Amino acid sequence: MPDNASTPAAMSRHEEAMRILADVPREPGVPKPDPILVADHVTRSFGGLKAVDVSHVEIQRGSITALVGPNGAGKTTFFNLLTGFDTPDTGSWLFNGKDLAGVPSYRVARMGMVRTFQLTKALSKMTVIDNMRLGATHQVGERMLQALLGLWRGQEKTVTAQADELLARFKLLEKREDFAGSLSGGQRKLLEMARSLMTDPTMVMLDEPMAGVNPALTQSLLEHIKGLREQGMTVLFVEHDMDVVRDISDWVIVMAQGSVIAEGPPGEVMRNEAVISAYLGGHHDKALTDSGVSFTEEASGT
Amino acid sequence: MDWSYIFAVMVTSAFGLQAIVFGLAAIGINVQFGYTGLLNFGQAAFMAVGGYAVAVTVVELNMSFWWGVVFGLIGAVILALLLGVPTLRLRADYLAIVTIAAAEIIRLILRSVTFKDFFGGSDGKQAFADGFFAMNFLPPDADLRIGPAVVNESQLFTYIVGWSLVALACLVVWLLVRSPWGRVVKGIREDEDAVRSLGKNVFVYKMQALVLGGLFGALAGFITAVGAQNVNPDSFKTDATFFAYAILILGGAARVFGPVLGTVIFWALFQGTDVFLRQAIDAGVPIVSLMDGTQAAVLRVMLVGLGLMLLMIYRPQGILGDRRELALDAR
Ligand SMILES: Nc1ncnc2c1ncn2[C@@H]1O[C@H](COP(=O)(O)OP(=O)(O)OP(=O)(O)O)[C@@H](O)[C@H]1O
Ligand SMILES: [Mg+2]
Repeated sequence: MPDNASTPAAMSRHEEAMRILADVPREPGVPKPDPILVADHVTRSFGGLKAVDVSHVEIQRGSITALVGPNGAGKTTFFNLLTGFDTPDTGSWLFNGKDLAGVPSYRVARMGMVRTFQLTKALSKMTVIDNMRLGATHQVGERMLQALLGLWRGQEKTVTAQADELLARFKLLEKREDFAGSLSGGQRKLLEMARSLMTDPTMVMLDEPMAGVNPALTQSLLEHIKGLREQGMTVLFVEHDMDVVRDISDWVIVMAQGSVIAEGPPGEVMRNEAVISAYLGGHHDKALTDSGVSFTEEASGT
Repeated sequence: MDWSYIFAVMVTSAFGLQAIVFGLAAIGINVQFGYTGLLNFGQAAFMAVGGYAVAVTVVELNMSFWWGVVFGLIGAVILALLLGVPTLRLRADYLAIVTIAAAEIIRLILRSVTFKDFFGGSDGKQAFADGFFAMNFLPPDADLRIGPAVVNESQLFTYIVGWSLVALACLVVWLLVRSPWGRVVKGIREDEDAVRSLGKNVFVYKMQALVLGGLFGALAGFITAVGAQNVNPDSFKTDATFFAYAILILGGAARVFGPVLGTVIFWALFQGTDVFLRQAIDAGVPIVSLMDGTQAAVLRVMLVGLGLMLLMIYRPQGILGDRRELALDAR
């Protein structure tokens, strides 16, 4: 880890990210000092509906960035476009300086950008440990001839050890031999996230990782996500719970009706007029707390 | 009623030519449908490619039997590529439609008058199997007697080769499905987007499964050709594909020995009911003897259908399948 020796180990990445992002203007599409992902003019329509219309957005390397917005804002569609699961009408985007437009989804994952799904995709007829093993990349035994010749046993041990380590971290080790289909919804979320980490990613895109996870588990999931940042990964995640957003993110990007309408640190962005009206749809005489979107506490505290 | 004859027919059918041919075809479908989730409804076409490659190579091209085998295998690979390239990126049902149509097109070309000189039209092709039987190492009088049934040395040789191929195919499937390759295709069967998100080229895996299953189909074609010493377009009707599916589901899909067990039981029962009904008619058993032999042949197909329905209701996972895996679907 290229950790700066002068900063203390705990929270160093978070503080570093906050320090770097402190001087970035709070406006939609603002350039970042060291972006890992830069998207330009990405649009996608479904019939007459423009689901995504992002003119410019950048994600800071090594930070946790939250992507928020009301239902139907286009967050999942934007994720799908960036990761090659959907094709945009227009647009280009660079990941680590490489053009990703037209790159198929499996290759995006191999390049280090891995995503999870809003509707969890645990492979239910496979055991938990097999789900995990599947995540490992560059397995010789995944090639047909090598599989036939049995030239994969050595690597399988390494892969399994790595999988067990992650399962332990995500408290799923007791479920190791169970079918993934027998897990609860929250456990499947955990499994999907752990499995995505088996690909050894540099950027993790999580679509509502906390949805359906009980509060006790949420806390540990949040710690895991913070842990990813400490390991030097970049995290972009979609989340509706503003407490969660405020707790872990360094930067927040707000989408509404397909476009980025605001950006800024979590405390500030929710005081933005455009954001409040996007969430409340015109009735912005009300405070956001009354609507159940609870971030005024921080807003009033600053 | 001659019970020993019925029993002899059941035993010879359980291990006979049809059992081998459909066992191989079902092993191919097991790779495609059972493990990878690909609906190939055109397995009959792969069998036809194998069978006709041998016949045409020997009879029309005057080349050896072995070249026929080589051409048959190459032909099966080409057919799989032709079917897979346009469809495997699309939803699963496209492959089903394209394969069933392609199989019929191929069969109609084989039996067409236009190509009669080459493919033999509806008569098919004969007299190409000498090269195969030249390898027969069994002594000329090595007949096998099972009660009143006699298996001559040519048949016995074909069965030995056939069951060896079945064993080889099972070994290949067993080695593959327990490897990381098998893990990927089983993942694809369930949710290909999940597998894609983990960096696997799903298209390539589906293509490999389609090709491998097609190659097993071609092996089935070789055996049916040499065993009958005849290839005929009507042996490769869509029925052949669906018999192979029935066998796979009976034995248990996504189980290495599912197709083998399925084919043994299926053919024993299928031919067993046939002789049973015929004997019952001859013996004047009440009600049954109201039918004639042709009707009895139709009735046994109905009985197979009934049996499959009962199987789907009471044991949908097949004989070797794991019910827990099915139960997980409901969630
Ligand atoms: N496959 C599709 N076909 C048609 N319309 C679609 C499709 N996918 C998304 N949409 C539309 O695009 C818009 C954006 O959807 P998207 O799923 O990206 O929203 P979201 O921001 O992820 O919402 P949520 O917070 O509810 O998950 C919605 O209006 C939706 O109806
Ligand atoms: Mg969404």
